[in-house]
Amino acid sequence: MSGFSPGFRGRTHAFEGRLPPGQYPTESFPVLSAGPTPHVPTEDWSLTVTSETGESRTWSWEEMTALPQQHPTVDIHCVTRWSKFDTRWSGVGLDTLLEQVESDAGFVVAESYDGYTTNLPLEDLTGNKAWLVHSFDGYPLAPEHGGPARLLIPHLYFWKSAKWVRALRFTTENEPGFWESAGYHDHGDPWREQRYWND
Amino acid sequence: MNQLSVPHLDGNVLAGPLADVFAVDPTTAWHRCPTCRMPSSIGELHVYGTGPGPGLTGRCPGCADLALRAVAQPGHLWLQIGNGAGAFRFPLPHSAR
Repeated sequence: MSGFSPGFRGRTHAFEGRLPPGQYPTESFPVLSAGPTPHVPTEDWSLTVTSETGESRTWSWEEMTALPQQHPTVDIHCVTRWSKFDTRWSGVGLDTLLEQVESDAGFVVAESYDGYTTNLPLEDLTGNKAWLVHSFDGYPLAPEHGGPARLLIPHLYFWKSAKWVRALRFTTENEPGFWESAGYHDHGDPWREQRYWND
Repeated sequence: MNQLSVPHLDGNVLAGPLADVFAVDPTTAWHRCPTCRMPSSIGELHVYGTGPGPGLTGRCPGCADLALRAVAQPGHLWLQIGNGAGAFRFPLPHSAR
């Protein structure tokens, strides 16, 4: 029996340089959960950005989808070691949302409808590299993947891309979130293998 | 907010990871949910993340409130009780980092 098929070798070669250390490529889209999947009707959905002084701005679903839309195609990397290439999303750049609230804080805590939280340096959310997304592969984002809307921060491990996000809260301190307070890294850069808190 | 059911297992799946740091069987430990007051043992919790997840999340079988998180890492087990921040990191002397 021969070894790998030519097709398999070809795909692996095509992704050379795009796989962070310790990761393997997958074409599936695994669902990881830390609780029941919330179902949030879009008519009840909103996103609120709050500054450290309490100033806030809230968008309804209609208002959010009326903002300028972007269509990033990006690689994503899960801390459980799978990576998925060329994922296609649609949504709003976080620059567009965050610039609507004045803040001097350097960090943001994302809060989700299920109580999940994750902490992020502001500099990882700005500069056209992070989004609030509502579509995947041309279809509305399924609830098990974080629909109706989730964060997409592809340059960090995917636990940072909070599903079912409902709020972004500016903080002056870096406040550990759901997994960060239980041993995971505060930053989570897959290229530096920042998996655990002291990596 | 409505909730869809997603797969979870009962808290007996916590027996393995917690046995590394408890001298007695932890699945019989009794818990009263601070949110809905439902009593349960660790073995009766609903546990998520038993597939390839970052960690195990045990939730109240009555209201799904957070009861514990357990994260196994090379050489350590992180255990966080309840809904607050702050976990204990237990060394696992028999597991090489």
